[in-house]
Amino acid sequence: MELSPITRRRLQNFRANRRGYWSLWIFLALLLITLPAEFIANDKPLLVKYQDEFYYPVFVDYPESVFGGFLATTDYRDPFIKDEIDAQGWMIWPPIQYSYQTINKNPPTPAPSPPTLENPLGTDDQARDVLARVIYGFRLSVLFGLTLTFFSTIIGVAAGAVQGYFGGWTDLLFQRVIEIWAGLPVLYILIILASVVEPDFWWLLLILLAFSWMALTGVVRAEFLRARNFDYVRAARALGMGNIAIMWRHVLPNAMVATLTLLPFVLSAAITTLTALDFLGLGLPPGSPSLGELLAQGRENLQAPWLGITGFCVLAVMLSLLVFIGEAVRDAFDPRKSGL
Amino acid sequence: MSALLEIRDLSISFRSPDDTIEAVKNASLTIDKGEILALVGESGSGKTVTGLSIPQLLPPTAFHPSGSIRFRGEELLGAPLDLLRQLRGDRISMIFQEPMTSLNPLHTIEKQISEAICIHKKTSPEQTRQRVLELMQLVGLHDAGHRLTAYPHELSGGQRQRVMIAIALANDPDILIADEPTTALDVTIQAQILQLLKDLKNQLGMTVLLITHDLGVVAKTADRVAVMTCGEIVETGPVDAVLQSPQHAYTRHLIEAEPKGNPVTPDPEADIVMETRDLKVHFPITKGILRRTVDYVRAVDGIDATIRRGHTAGIVGESGSGKTALGLALLRLTRSRGRIVFLGQNINQIKTRTLRPLRRRMQVVFQDPYGSLSPRMTVGEIVGEGLRIHEPGMSKQERGETISAALEEVGLDAFTQDRLPHEFSGGQRQRVAIARAMVLKPDIVILDEPTSALDMSVQARIIDLLRDLQARHHMAYLFISHDLKVVRALSHYVIVMRHGRVVEEGPTATIFDNPAEDYTRSLMAAALNLEVVEVESSNS
Repeated sequence: MELSPITRRRLQNFRANRRGYWSLWIFLALLLITLPAEFIANDKPLLVKYQDEFYYPVFVDYPESVFGGFLATTDYRDPFIKDEIDAQGWMIWPPIQYSYQTINKNPPTPAPSPPTLENPLGTDDQARDVLARVIYGFRLSVLFGLTLTFFSTIIGVAAGAVQGYFGGWTDLLFQRVIEIWAGLPVLYILIILASVVEPDFWWLLLILLAFSWMALTGVVRAEFLRARNFDYVRAARALGMGNIAIMWRHVLPNAMVATLTLLPFVLSAAITTLTALDFLGLGLPPGSPSLGELLAQGRENLQAPWLGITGFCVLAVMLSLLVFIGEAVRDAFDPRKSGL
Repeated sequence: MSALLEIRDLSISFRSPDDTIEAVKNASLTIDKGEILALVGESGSGKTVTGLSIPQLLPPTAFHPSGSIRFRGEELLGAPLDLLRQLRGDRISMIFQEPMTSLNPLHTIEKQISEAICIHKKTSPEQTRQRVLELMQLVGLHDAGHRLTAYPHELSGGQRQRVMIAIALANDPDILIADEPTTALDVTIQAQILQLLKDLKNQLGMTVLLITHDLGVVAKTADRVAVMTCGEIVETGPVDAVLQSPQHAYTRHLIEAEPKGNPVTPDPEADIVMETRDLKVHFPITKGILRRTVDYVRAVDGIDATIRRGHTAGIVGESGSGKTALGLALLRLTRSRGRIVFLGQNINQIKTRTLRPLRRRMQVVFQDPYGSLSPRMTVGEIVGEGLRIHEPGMSKQERGETISAALEEVGLDAFTQDRLPHEFSGGQRQRVAIARAMVLKPDIVILDEPTSALDMSVQARIIDLLRDLQARHHMAYLFISHDLKVVRALSHYVIVMRHGRVVEEGPTATIFDNPAEDYTRSLMAAALNLEVVEVESSNS
């Protein structure tokens, strides 16, 4: 594909911001590592050979009877099963032998136990491996953030576009509705809703989406307000083009620059909100690998500093990377730097 | 006698990340005391940059590979900032093109004029005030005492330009650099401002460097002229000599570039394409929290016009006369009242949806070729857009061929359709905009100042193209312009508009040769001869 000169100039500007450029690569690398978290940190082996047959515990739940036990699901970390399989075959384990829910049944000290070779970042107050939880938590936060950003962008851009393009009463009414809507105390609404429904990933997404789409409407509205009086929009109307086609083909490309510039910041805001909710216990259901919950545990167990420090470091790194990427994207789209 | 200002072998280059751009190459120029020297050139010729280099006001990316600028024998290139600050606004003054943005909207005129005095002279407030009043009288701002406390938005464009000149004259400068001082103004006001510059020269012995693209302005105002193109000064001499017997090919080209010729004679009985009856465009003025409509801005106030196939109706008027609003109303791009009969159908009543198929038969070309093309679409997409809407059944190949044909018809190569608008010059972009309108084979094309943003020589070629296209396809044109020369070259019938109403209308020859109304006469005098003819209630 041939890149237009302006796109090439933008890429060049993006690369020129070394910090943002490297942040993007580090972030992508972290994402690439944590996306297949089940293969990185799991309490099930990747591959088992037992009595000349292959088993794939990551994908299939085998009853313990297969390996000579009696439970409904196999606990591969059980010394009895371990010995049994090792005697008649072998197992390949992921690098970390804990999933986010796996409990270390023999912690060196009562939970939370400090970092050891077995648990490099220690365990939390329910004896679960912190490193495994952080890996899953990072993935969950980023995926949640990306999904929320994706949907709020669609809604926000659409709402801003309608407001800005049609202007007048449409704009006026929409603006007032948004002002009232933005004035609602999100946290209280969440607390109320949390008592009505059991918040899971999708419920939280929906509730946060109801408020986060407003972040983009302002800029998109302004861009549309500006562009609707451009001569090329007039020319398109004179050609007999419909409103939706004009918005899509002629005005939206202009608004996308402003939108793209804001996206990394919307993403980090989404992650922060989720973390905050988890920290307050209003977020994901108990047991979910969430960074907010890790922070809450850190606060309750000040004698176990590895909890708080780990939570802080992961969040700080993740948010800093996103902000740095955002700055680089902003540079890339800066009209003063793109020379046009 | 040594020259007041002597520019020798001046080169100006701009640093950019990728390379350096040479804006001016080895230009030499002398200005003697008490003369008006015009620096003429088309856009991009380096004339403005040359002007800015004299008080050293170029941006920091600019540098001078060679040359010297001597002002009263003193070298200005590389002069210390202190010295330059003493000279700027005191000995060397500038006025700029855009009077709307050169004044600070938050300060009164008195403050802005007296500021120019106070920077360079220590005077008592009383003296300063006296001097401000004197200056305002000098530049022809009547009723100066009342105007002192006015803010820029309370003044018209011509009055603002007068204030700018007053500021420039505040310290009796030795030289006044006027960069396109009249380009943004209406023709009648342009004539007044040029007259003022001449009076100042005659009364005060002012030296003026007049930077312009308009040879008419040069002929009327200047004593000597320097012609600039591509960063080089190609010819210098007394105005009469240069304009009568130009030596350099470019000067000849520039002089011949004036739009000339007459429109093709059409069939006087051709059928009517578009007709308006009592067309009005009123914008409500609302007041109070309930936004009650208290009055209307009558942009277009009852216009009757008839346009026949193959004819061009020229709409002439100064800014604010409602000519653009009329064009937009005819296209139904702005709300209006009254009848607009297009091909026998009153289109001012029908629904947007019913109108849409008719839109291909009425097209428009706008003034600004930089703003009228989507910057992110290729030329082919832009031209083909109307086809996509109105001929959805057309195959991709067929559409490509139609686009190529349309581009070739307006004088562009067919292979340019994969390029983006910013790769083209202003004239070429305007050709793309014309191709976009023509590709649909419309019955009427509204041309809203299609040449005003273009250089003179490009203007003439666009006019030729439009005339050519009309002869071939027998379209009707509604040609909106403030430029009477262009109107004369293209229109069969002229409507003179003022304050939303028709002042006078008639066949082109009649209007130009025997205008009946005073207003038309003053407009003609100002536009064609740059002369000031007093007319009642003209502003400024």
